Amino acid sequence: MMSKISETEVRAEVRAWLAANWDPELSLAAWRNKLADSGWGMPQWPEAWYGRGLPMSLVRVVDEEFAAVGAVSAAKSGVRHLAAATLLEHGSDLQKKKFLRRILTGEDSWCQLFSEPGSGSDLAGATTRADLNGDNWIVNGQKVWTTSAHHADHGLLLARTDWDAPKHEGLSYFVIDIKQPGVDVQPLKQMNGHASFNQVFFTDAIIPAENLVGGVGDGWKVAMTTLAHERRGADGLSSPPRRGSRTGRIHAEERAELETANQPYTWYPQRAGRVDLVIERAKETGANKDPVVRQEIAKLMIMAKSAEWTARRARAAQQQGRPQGPEGSLGKLAASNVARAAARVHTLITGTEAMLTGSASPRDGIIAEILVSVPAISIAGGTDEIQRNIIAERVLGLPKEPRSDTGPFRNVRKN
Amino acid sequence: MSASDESRVEPTRRIPFAFTDEQEQFRSALRRFLNDKSLTTEVRRLMHTAEGYDPEVWRHLSEELALPGIHIPEQYGGAGFGMVELCIVTEEMGRALLCAPYFSTTVLAASAILNAGTEAQKSRLLPGLASGARLATLAVTELDGNWDPRGIELVATPVAEGYLLDGAKSYVVDGHVADLLVVAARMAGTAGHQGLALFTLGADSAGVERRLLESMDPTRKLARIDFHGAHANLLGNQDDGAQPLIRTLDQAAIALANEMVGGAQAMLDSAVDYAKLRVQFGRTIGSFQAIKHKCADMLLDVELAKSAAYYAAQAAAIDDPQWPAMANLAKAAASETYLRTAAECIQIHGGIGFTWDNDTHLWFKRAKSSEVFLGQPNYHRELLMQRWGVCVGEFE
Repeated sequence: MMSKISETEVRAEVRAWLAANWDPELSLAAWRNKLADSGWGMPQWPEAWYGRGLPMSLVRVVDEEFAAVGAVSAAKSGVRHLAAATLLEHGSDLQKKKFLRRILTGEDSWCQLFSEPGSGSDLAGATTRADLNGDNWIVNGQKVWTTSAHHADHGLLLARTDWDAPKHEGLSYFVIDIKQPGVDVQPLKQMNGHASFNQVFFTDAIIPAENLVGGVGDGWKVAMTTLAHERRGADGLSSPPRRGSRTGRIHAEERAELETANQPYTWYPQRAGRVDLVIERAKETGANKDPVVRQEIAKLMIMAKSAEWTARRARAAQQQGRPQGPEGSLGKLAASNVARAAARVHTLITGTEAMLTGSASPRDGIIAEILVSVPAISIAGGTDEIQRNIIAERVLGLPKEPRSDTGPFRNVRKN
Repeated sequence: MSASDESRVEPTRRIPFAFTDEQEQFRSALRRFLNDKSLTTEVRRLMHTAEGYDPEVWRHLSEELALPGIHIPEQYGGAGFGMVELCIVTEEMGRALLCAPYFSTTVLAASAILNAGTEAQKSRLLPGLASGARLATLAVTELDGNWDPRGIELVATPVAEGYLLDGAKSYVVDGHVADLLVVAARMAGTAGHQGLALFTLGADSAGVERRLLESMDPTRKLARIDFHGAHANLLGNQDDGAQPLIRTLDQAAIALANEMVGGAQAMLDSAVDYAKLRVQFGRTIGSFQAIKHKCADMLLDVELAKSAAYYAAQAAAIDDPQWPAMANLAKAAASETYLRTAAECIQIHGGIGFTWDNDTHLWFKRAKSSEVFLGQPNYHRELLMQRWGVCVGEFE
């Protein structure tokens, strides 16, 4: 365990290290291997595992020093940071040794294999099965909504290993090699025409026994860690990584990496409703002269502003070290309401042109893309209905619904 | 910068999103006081009296908590705090549904005097209000109930010393008990924002005739006041025109928005408490998703309206250039939310929620009254659009 270290010491140390080591003409992999060896790439990770055991308050100092000289950071985009967080908490030393360095360097890409056609909101109802055969687990089944599976090296897999245990107790958590004959990745085309996700089919796919994360039957507990890290920082205020304009070999490689990582998300701003376009569009079309439309614009803007300020209140309370109030749990539901209202107002402003799509639609198709992308936001990452259950039960303390999925999972009704 | 840009470019760097520890302590002390003094049995007793408040409680909140002068500078006998503290007071009063002439005296009249008065007038008029010794109110709307100052018709005619007021005001909050009246009037022959000014006179002056109206919300008393050549003093100077009045109404809208979110929170708490108690079909009704989801939506609604009300108060406190537009935003948001939350609270209570004996209707009526008081949501939404430059407006 690292002894207490001051901000000044950390700043001086990282500054000296960067002065001696940072070189934009290195390859991305070479630079990040230096980061892994020095512990400056993921300073919040333990010293034994490529980090320096620093608290988050000092990680900020390290980030500032990296930004000051324009040094490239460790790979952070995509599912890889969820994989790292989960392995650091539940993984064996062998697993940490096998995977963490290449997560940090970005040489390996990851995907998350949780949702299934038969279990969306009810994640613990997964029926993809893993059966132990000698030293290997044999996987059969289907996963869906898997971002980046088409270029991933490894997947975080939740699979059923015991059909006689109750639902949540019969699951186990694995790291699976995606690039093997038993795994078939197919793109999933969405109603807005994009294919940002995949379906993944397993036919006797093989997982070596050493890739079981946690114990047999611990899958739900381990998955909760992954999901907690996924929710963290999803308060709607975080901005996507900025594309630098710096020159040098390493920066070009980093830009390419980010482009691949961000490719599935080009329509996400439209999914959120593009409230930022509403007023200029109303002036552009003359709809601002209609008092009825103005009322609708005002209602939307009031909701959007209030939602943004609610997220800021939650963040301010957190920064002051106060216990989180109810305002911290509402972001996702608020974002759904805002997006739907925005799509309605965009339609009102656009009028008959809302019947067109592609380049025939205003703003080179952006308006049409809003209208056909908004339905995703109230489903992805937990439907509005599930969010309401969570808010009602955890924030307001209302009782849970009586369950009808207890007892051996074998006997529980399924799709 | 064009006005529409203002709606997107956040002037918010300096606007705090959390209350200070001192403000939180002030809120707690206030809440303890109101929990003690404003039980619904007291609300029910006072709402049927002619005065509508308990002078003993008024004395306590003046002497012990210095609430009437909360936002009045110390040089005029006040506590010297600002909009944020004023809004904490109205939020807590709204939550407890306190029956007291606070909104009239402190939020409306004292603010109007602060905004319009000369140094001498502030020194003369404010200490009495700050100490709670005198009650006051602001008379704006007339028989047509219009909150747009341009609609004011009551005429002020200059005489040797002061002015004579002729016309009628209505919907004057606590007009029946106020000692001091602040009246918005216009010079004969003027129109629009031109020629508007504020005047003060004693409520017992000759030519003033007051009549208590039958208000749907019995916790907010309203009066009609007729002026027949009543002698009044000009507040401040005539050249300011409508500006101090508009500023006062914007501040009042923010204070009211905070009062409303306090009431909405009380309705949400009541609904959730009942949903945990009431059993039907062998289960507490709060275990049904139909009720759970309604409660979750109510919580979201209330928290969003709170964010708007708090933001507007903080913006006004630091005189952010956007604050008048934020007044419209917060008033519209809180109006809709309070009424929706009160109506859903009745719905979750079912039949008992529609009875006189159940307390829910007390807040529901305050919600309905507050929805239209100082202008309906659609009026404030239109002003917001005009102030953001979405359309050409003539408001200011």
